[in-house]
Amino acid sequence: MEKVKKCSCGNDEEGLLDRLEEIIISFKEKPGALIPVLQATQSIFGYIPQEAILKISEILNEPLSKVYGVITFYSFFSLVPRGKYLIRVCMGTACYVQGANELVTALKQQLSIEIGETTSDKLFTLDVGRCYGACGLAPIIMVNDEVEQFVKPSGVKKIINAYKK
Amino acid sequence: MDINKYMHFVKSPAQLQELRTALLSSKEYNSEKVFVCAGGGCIASGSMKVKDAFVKQLLSNNLNEKLSVMETGCLGPCAIGPVVVIGKDDTFYQKVRPQDVKEIIDKHLIGGNVVEGLLHSIDGKNVSKKSELPFFINQDKQVLRNCGKIDPTKIADYIAVGGYQALSKALTAMTGEQVVQEVTISGLRGRGGAGFPTGIKWNFARKNKDATKYILCNADEGDPGAFMDRSILEGDPHSIIEGMLIGAYAIGSSQGYVYVRAEYPLAVERLQIAIEQARTFGLIGENILGTGFNFDIEIRKGSGAFVCGEETALIQSIEGNRGEPRPRPPFPAEKGLWNKPTVLNNVETFSNIPLLINEGGAHYAEKGTEKSKGTKIFALAGTVKISGLVEVAIGTPLRKLVYDIGGGISTGKKYKAAQIGGPSGGCIPAEHLDVPLDYEALNKLGAIMGSGGLIVMDESSCMVDVARFFLEFVQDESCGKCVPCREGTARMKQIVDRICEGKGEMKDIDELEKLAKTVTNASLCGLGQTAPNPVLSTLRHFREEYIEHIRDKKCRTAVCKELIVFEILDVCNGCQACKKVCPVHAIHGEKKHLHNIDEAECIRCGLCLSTCKFEAIVKY
Repeated sequence: MEKVKKCSCGNDEEGLLDRLEEIIISFKEKPGALIPVLQATQSIFGYIPQEAILKISEILNEPLSKVYGVITFYSFFSLVPRGKYLIRVCMGTACYVQGANELVTALKQQLSIEIGETTSDKLFTLDVGRCYGACGLAPIIMVNDEVEQFVKPSGVKKIINAYKK
Repeated sequence: MDINKYMHFVKSPAQLQELRTALLSSKEYNSEKVFVCAGGGCIASGSMKVKDAFVKQLLSNNLNEKLSVMETGCLGPCAIGPVVVIGKDDTFYQKVRPQDVKEIIDKHLIGGNVVEGLLHSIDGKNVSKKSELPFFINQDKQVLRNCGKIDPTKIADYIAVGGYQALSKALTAMTGEQVVQEVTISGLRGRGGAGFPTGIKWNFARKNKDATKYILCNADEGDPGAFMDRSILEGDPHSIIEGMLIGAYAIGSSQGYVYVRAEYPLAVERLQIAIEQARTFGLIGENILGTGFNFDIEIRKGSGAFVCGEETALIQSIEGNRGEPRPRPPFPAEKGLWNKPTVLNNVETFSNIPLLINEGGAHYAEKGTEKSKGTKIFALAGTVKISGLVEVAIGTPLRKLVYDIGGGISTGKKYKAAQIGGPSGGCIPAEHLDVPLDYEALNKLGAIMGSGGLIVMDESSCMVDVARFFLEFVQDESCGKCVPCREGTARMKQIVDRICEGKGEMKDIDELEKLAKTVTNASLCGLGQTAPNPVLSTLRHFREEYIEHIRDKKCRTAVCKELIVFEILDVCNGCQACKKVCPVHAIHGEKKHLHNIDEAECIRCGLCLSTCKFEAIVKY
């Protein structure tokens, strides 16, 4: 396999790649290591960079095609960088019947982005999710791991502003 | 007492008993308590700040010796959280804010008078005790027995209320075969949805002679509208571990995995704490309770794929592959994880195990219906007054859940349907409100028990739109491996989309039913086989709504955007507010004269309706 290229994004990411290498090696002997390793990668970088895929493939001795196939199968893995705050509108049944669609529209307007996109200041990424199990508080949106409950379209602006500070 | 004294201590059933006795007589256990719900719902509502306020102010009032604050698992009524229960007199406070804490302490804990303003009120009458609230009286909390009573992050709490006694009993007084027998006698059926008898499943795996077997806990609770498993994981994680230990002993396994969905970070955290504590106490690991039984548990996190709740897909995912199901047989009990015999049960199923081992299978089977034993937890949500987590004996009528426990419809409108069983389930209309909630009765109505998600909808929900919602869901979550599910649901969604847009034809209904049959019969796994259910059940109970959409081009609930008409009434005074906000300039009219909306230009965004101050705009 081609030698892993040095990362061009500056020292930070290179340091992170070294950290990732340690993690991959620590998982190496574990059966079914690929997904936990990808989860670790996603949490270190906020997405899965190409350099990381090459490293994972090499150390775990898994074909690149398989690693890529697994990444694209699961919705939690992203191949592109995400914003600092990942806003996910719950589209579970309880939220849906209580107006989740209108929240999506309001967020799109407020952030001027579509679902799956990131704002130009790299602060927010907008996405939808499938039930976070907080149906008693519907409709909800998740901002990273925080739940915002009983959200109204008119309340979206306030939530976004709170995270801008 | 110093709990650390007992670390690594529990090396025999007698020592477990000794620990429990010590805990029961400890100062901590017997102190008066303020219970603060730390379930996912209440935390989201700010219960941790309430807890901090209690801790701080009890200290400053020198009450911290006499009273302790306990963070508990989900108490149930998520919609009225954060909830606080005062242990000594069972007072139930709702929607408590940190600034209310001072009043509770001064007036109630010191002064002895209940704070009326924080009580739950029914028809204008305040109810002070938790045990008197209809939400609680009408439930039968068995599996949720500890939720709200113990701190889920403290193994000592679990042991004090009798935790790990069932494990001790199984390991010392029963053979593996007897455990399986007891589970079989209990009639327990898998709580994940399909309702397969747990005893039979365990027996298959037990009989297999392979030296390596696995036991898996399916905590990939993906049904939208379901949060039962989340609440058990967060509120009583040791009951799951104990259930898995007993299952492992029964089938002869020494390694278990819990597959938790990544959307539940708090559940993962609490389960991780519980596993580590159990390991420290010697309840997981080698030579458990000195009986020579070895077992360990590892958590594997999901990565956001609904199909991984299907057992063969879940196994694929643990192995590090794309979570695509494979045909059965061979069933996992024969060839499962890494091709070894594997038992896979749902969270709630495992949580039932300690209960039925403690009281015996026959006693357990006294609750429920002829074919479905025990209790079931439901996640009650949608337009009910108190949404949250409830547990009732199997066979309890739906009406009791919606009206007696949930308090009825919150919007003042009429009940229209309850969606039960998520994307594999169906809608129960008003004329069947008395259906007993059990596997068979629900199947007869075209719904399923499923994992227990129950969404109540009032008249403002469009049933065709609900069907469209679920089709979109399964379309999105179909893994794409088999054609009937991947393509069939896509075609079905196209048709339903068309109907919602007013472009449907009468023959579309037949087409939908024909396609549904194919998808049901020919799909590889449960996801595809049940995917048409939401369409079929709405067609069965709300067919006239489909017909209205097709024939009259009308959505009676004004949900389907393309079929809505906005109209300006005579009361319009020509203020021009609506005209200014209309993004497509579809509103015409001179100042101080009646305006009108050009239907062809209108994009039905509804901005005009929300802008008008004179109620001059209607949508229908």
